[in-house]
Amino acid sequence: MTATGTYSPKPGAAPLTRMIAAQAALETRMLLRNGEQLLLTVIIPTLLLVLFGTVDVVDLGEGEAVDFLAPGILALAVMSTAFTGQAIATGFERRYGVLKRLASSPLPRWGLMTAKTISVLVTEVLQVLLVTVIALALGWSPRGNPLSVLLLLVLGTAAFSGLGLLMAGTLKAEATLAAANLVFLLLLVGGGVIVPLDRFPDAAQDVLGLLPISALSEGLRDVLQHGAGMPWGELGILAVWAVAGLAAAGKFFRWE
Amino acid sequence: MQALVKRYGTKTAVDGLDLVARAGVTAVLGPNGAGKTTTVETCEGYRRPDSGTVRVLGLDPVRESAALRPRVGVMLQSGGVYSGARADEMLRHVAKLHAHPLDVDALIERLGLGSCGRTSYRRLSGGQQQRLALAMAVVGRPELVFLDEPTAGLDPQARRATWDLVRDLRADGVSVILTTHYMDEAEQLADDVAVIDAGRVVAQGSPEELCRGGAENTLRFSGRPGLDVASLLKALPSGCTAAEVTSGTYRVVGDVGPQLLATVTSWCAQHGVMPDRISVERHTLEDVFLELTGKELRA
Repeated sequence: MTATGTYSPKPGAAPLTRMIAAQAALETRMLLRNGEQLLLTVIIPTLLLVLFGTVDVVDLGEGEAVDFLAPGILALAVMSTAFTGQAIATGFERRYGVLKRLASSPLPRWGLMTAKTISVLVTEVLQVLLVTVIALALGWSPRGNPLSVLLLLVLGTAAFSGLGLLMAGTLKAEATLAAANLVFLLLLVGGGVIVPLDRFPDAAQDVLGLLPISALSEGLRDVLQHGAGMPWGELGILAVWAVAGLAAAGKFFRWE
Repeated sequence: MQALVKRYGTKTAVDGLDLVARAGVTAVLGPNGAGKTTTVETCEGYRRPDSGTVRVLGLDPVRESAALRPRVGVMLQSGGVYSGARADEMLRHVAKLHAHPLDVDALIERLGLGSCGRTSYRRLSGGQQQRLALAMAVVGRPELVFLDEPTAGLDPQARRATWDLVRDLRADGVSVILTTHYMDEAEQLADDVAVIDAGRVVAQGSPEELCRGGAENTLRFSGRPGLDVASLLKALPSGCTAAEVTSGTYRVVGDVGPQLLATVTSWCAQHGVMPDRISVERHTLEDVFLELTGKELRA
């Protein structure tokens, strides 16, 4: 054995924080480079906000349209990144052996999941900034406690991440792609994002109100539009979805 | 150093397989579906053995995965890279997960990955994808590298480049376990060859040992049709066989050495036969392989 050869073994894992930081940076770059992902996470929410904020397509009730819309679009942004985007990306990473290859790298699995979460949060911060700037330009006047808003966004992210990863870890990549887009569309229409929930029949409202997207958009609206303190009901619904989704994902997720 | 001791059974894919790989290059050879990938992936910690025990570098690949992973480099048969990532970007990323990685630029240069430029992984050629996967397996300076069919589908130049890298790894003290169904690859690279069929090791040894053991060599020549094969056989030492394979071509099978060659040519001289196109075939690993695993097509 030559001690000085180019390839002489000198194994070792990098420090954990460096691994997770590198992984989160790579995941975020992959996401921002992907055209379809940008369509979902940036272009659709922005277009909906500008379109419905300036043209009376749907009767949004009293007050400025943007005061109703902005919380819904924020909820949509969270769903697009934490659920749809994450499900599709992770589904294809699983399909193409990326998860498998990384599982044999020094990065532990929980480190990979942490990096994915960081990447989702970074993307959401960019989305929230973008939506906020556009909404303010359209005359938005947000109210309420920023802490409540933060708590709603975090719980919403946890709920949608659990559901997205559950889908990505159990279905085929193509099925995940189709289902994640379909769910995105259905929840966009039926989850209080741009169409107020009270336009639906009473029975439907009760069910729709339990969806994570409705809880998030209504919760954000309670705070940002109506100045509520802590929307405990909505936070409770999101917490149940988060616990159930993450637990199921943890149990059923298959790495290949 | 003992790189790997592995015993496990009852699973259909790998059925009571015993394999010990020592330092150096070990080739796991077998037909498609023989259980090569299953075996290697069990060593990599991807699969839990149903019974039996696996130890890699003295560690349990599943339970002691955290300690083992930094010491082992893995090249999957395919994939393993973000479809939107560039080759150098992915390689630099894997390097960042290790404490003392190789010089990434030198490795890119060495494996000819510089030409990939800004192309994303999904648009790279199959050969470029393979070489990237190889680079990712070695960049962390592991003690042991698993290569699952590292040269499948490569052009001859890329194949040589891969072989040269494997030889350099070996020279620098890295152990390599590779699966292949290319006989010449095993002959060229391996210190030790394990032939697997239907989930069992059917033979193991150095390429020379495997070629020597039990195998007979063949001498062929052409002459005029209808020679007296019985008379030739009488001249040959016992244990040999002789036959006219097709009209005018003859085959002698036995312990083919200088003496036997002389016997055949002098018999030809006595019978006024000019042995055209005389050839001696050394027994190759391929012959051994086909002898051990049969000639019928596999799944």
